Amino acid sequence: MAAIFQGVGAATALSPSNSIASKKFQLPTRRSVSARKRGIVLVRSDGSLNLGLNSRGRRDQPLITNAVATKSDGSAASTASKSGHEILLFEALQEGLEEEMDRDPRVCVMGEDVGHYGGSYKVTKGLAEKFGDLRVLDTPIAENSFTGMGIGAAMTGLRPVVEGMNMGFLLLAFNQISNNCGMLHYTSGGQFTIPIVIRGPGGVGRQLGAEHSQRLESYFQSIPGIQMVACSTPYNAKGLMKAAIRSENPVILFEHVLLYNLKERIPDEDYICNLEEAEMVRPGEHVTILTYSRMRYHVMQAAKTLVNKGYDPEVIDIRSLKPFDLYTIGNSVKKTHRVLIVEECMRTGGIGASLTAAINENFHDYLDAPIVCLSSQDVPTPYAGTLEEWTVVQPAQIVTAVEQLCK
Amino acid sequence: MVLSRVSTSSSCSAAVLKPLATALSLRRSISTDTTPLTIETSVPFTSHQCEPPSRSVETTPKELLSFFHDMARMRRMEIAADSLYKSKLIRGFCHLYDGQEAVAVGMEAAITKKDCIITAYRDHCTFLGRGGTLLEIFGELMGRQVGCSKGKGGSMHFYKKDANFYGGHGIVGAQIPLGCGLAFAQKYSKDETVTFAMYGDGAANQGQLFEALNIAALWDLPAILVCENNHYGMGTAEWRAAKSPAYYKRGDYAPGLKVDGMDALAVKQACKFAKEHALKNGPIILEMDTYRYHGHSMSDPGSTYRTRDEISGVRQERDPVERVRKLILTHDLATEKELKDIEKEVRKEVDDAIAQAKESPMPEPSELFTNVYSKGMGVESFGADRKEVRATLP
Repeated sequence: MAAIFQGVGAATALSPSNSIASKKFQLPTRRSVSARKRGIVLVRSDGSLNLGLNSRGRRDQPLITNAVATKSDGSAASTASKSGHEILLFEALQEGLEEEMDRDPRVCVMGEDVGHYGGSYKVTKGLAEKFGDLRVLDTPIAENSFTGMGIGAAMTGLRPVVEGMNMGFLLLAFNQISNNCGMLHYTSGGQFTIPIVIRGPGGVGRQLGAEHSQRLESYFQSIPGIQMVACSTPYNAKGLMKAAIRSENPVILFEHVLLYNLKERIPDEDYICNLEEAEMVRPGEHVTILTYSRMRYHVMQAAKTLVNKGYDPEVIDIRSLKPFDLYTIGNSVKKTHRVLIVEECMRTGGIGASLTAAINENFHDYLDAPIVCLSSQDVPTPYAGTLEEWTVVQPAQIVTAVEQLCK
Repeated sequence: MVLSRVSTSSSCSAAVLKPLATALSLRRSISTDTTPLTIETSVPFTSHQCEPPSRSVETTPKELLSFFHDMARMRRMEIAADSLYKSKLIRGFCHLYDGQEAVAVGMEAAITKKDCIITAYRDHCTFLGRGGTLLEIFGELMGRQVGCSKGKGGSMHFYKKDANFYGGHGIVGAQIPLGCGLAFAQKYSKDETVTFAMYGDGAANQGQLFEALNIAALWDLPAILVCENNHYGMGTAEWRAAKSPAYYKRGDYAPGLKVDGMDALAVKQACKFAKEHALKNGPIILEMDTYRYHGHSMSDPGSTYRTRDEISGVRQERDPVERVRKLILTHDLATEKELKDIEKEVRKEVDDAIAQAKESPMPEPSELFTNVYSKGMGVESFGADRKEVRATLP
């Protein structure tokens, strides 16, 4: 039985011209096979896609010479195929936010230093001048209450975007996020929707210390009623920001401190990314590597090495941390039978832990080997640079893990 | 005691004043007399950083009778909930409001349904005041489909969106930032309405109250913070929990007013004053000096931290229903018998609602999974075997 999907945005006039997430960063890329094209894509139940792209010819090649898209290769493809504009990730977030604020007068932004200062990571730069003090609100340092206020405003129909200067600070607002944001739709029997977006940078940065290097996705993942997404490229940052603002559900958008200056060419026209969808970064045959946010880049770096050694990893950026896109992930597992999860959360209770459990439960019969989950160490992030490097997963460890897995 | 009946003006078969009528309420002739009456509140207002309003309250016989009717209904409902809890039809937590009815009723008299109210878990009577029906209340308390939150919320999660009643919150103090958020939305949409964010003397020590008050004062939000001071935060008396139990003064830069919360007219006057103030000058704190007869919740007998004499003393001297009854009788607005008839009618109303709620079914098992996410944008939660993919966002 075939499953039918519709390209995101196909139903509207806003479809992206081409869903190629080519990057001008020095990373190998493949054309993104996610079926975000216009029109209908048929997926057979055995997981094989009938897309018409050359994704099936590499099964027996030991060495894949064209797996590594060099800088020139990527840029030639992108500039030739479409116009667009080059943008940094934080600018992409700002563009998405600005477009949504233009489009819907109910969207407002609240956070510390988002207004006159322009945002501590410049994501809200220029918005206060354009939209005024009532729509871009500088709050005092009171996360619990301004998150609560955002939720209260959302109950009436406003669409606030609450910024945590660092995701770790949102621990102070945990009660509001868990009980009010996540559960009000349920406990009111459906009367109230909370169309709020809570966003901010998190993750391990450059020697920021333990308290400013937290990965909140592991704490928030159990909250029922919220959605969590993590952006990793300018393309999906803008798309996810817009989708999150338009969603009627509360969405937590996890950005990463180290990814704000990534540059990419993105389409000029209006586009959104599906909140629930995972992104196929590099199709492959031997092993499925699941990752998100910053670890995507470590994985792609390791993929370069792996390809040179003759492996063909399939890399999926899961993007949607809650709920997991088990459809894409499942199809991949059914194809490769080996899974490696590379994440930045800690080993205990992180996203990887949940994902391991989910895949084991649902796809156990398809696995040829136990799932390997590479996560950060269960330690507070130290300040010293060398130690900090060792708390997170490095590309060399990814390569070793894949080699072990594929033995 | 029979008083000489002064025939007031037309007493026709008017319906109840407040939109509480459901299929269950009986039509009863309540005086529609709207000749103004001026009554003095029991005690003058004490204020902080503002001029207190006058002690003389304008009211009408119709209003006084409606106060009586509504408060009697609330009282009856809470007592019925008590016995339902004891017969294990209501489970979990059940926080009763009897003794504090004047706050809910007086507030409603001063505002419209466009103004927002948000409160904590002692919300049954506030919900009723906002236009909820007894059936919805008892249904929700017993976890039935007919309840206002479809049985999925419980005693602490009553909401009524169309009447701008925002709940119903279990975590102490968390509703205050929400309330300031509502006020923000009102200012954003330029509604000229206000939000009453209610909390108790226990919650008055929460940091988020001061955080929210600070933001509300900075941004000039039409937020009125109402502290329902029943002098006990669960089992701890206010003097043991608060260094400064003058809650109306705690706003510091924000003006405050202390009100006798057992006097519905005083509450009405204060809320009217607060609404005018908040629309012009930003947040204001109202401290309602009130008392609850029951313990904190049904699992608390309420007598381990206070004496029975204290409870019965307050009941004798300050009971809100009795005060209104005395007012009505001394001003000859109705006879003793008419008031007793109102109480009988209310009792019947409540019993009917309970009977009807008992017959309502429990929620369907599939309801476990509904309303976790909103389906507005076509986003759904999936398992591993989903066949349909894609959210179609506009």
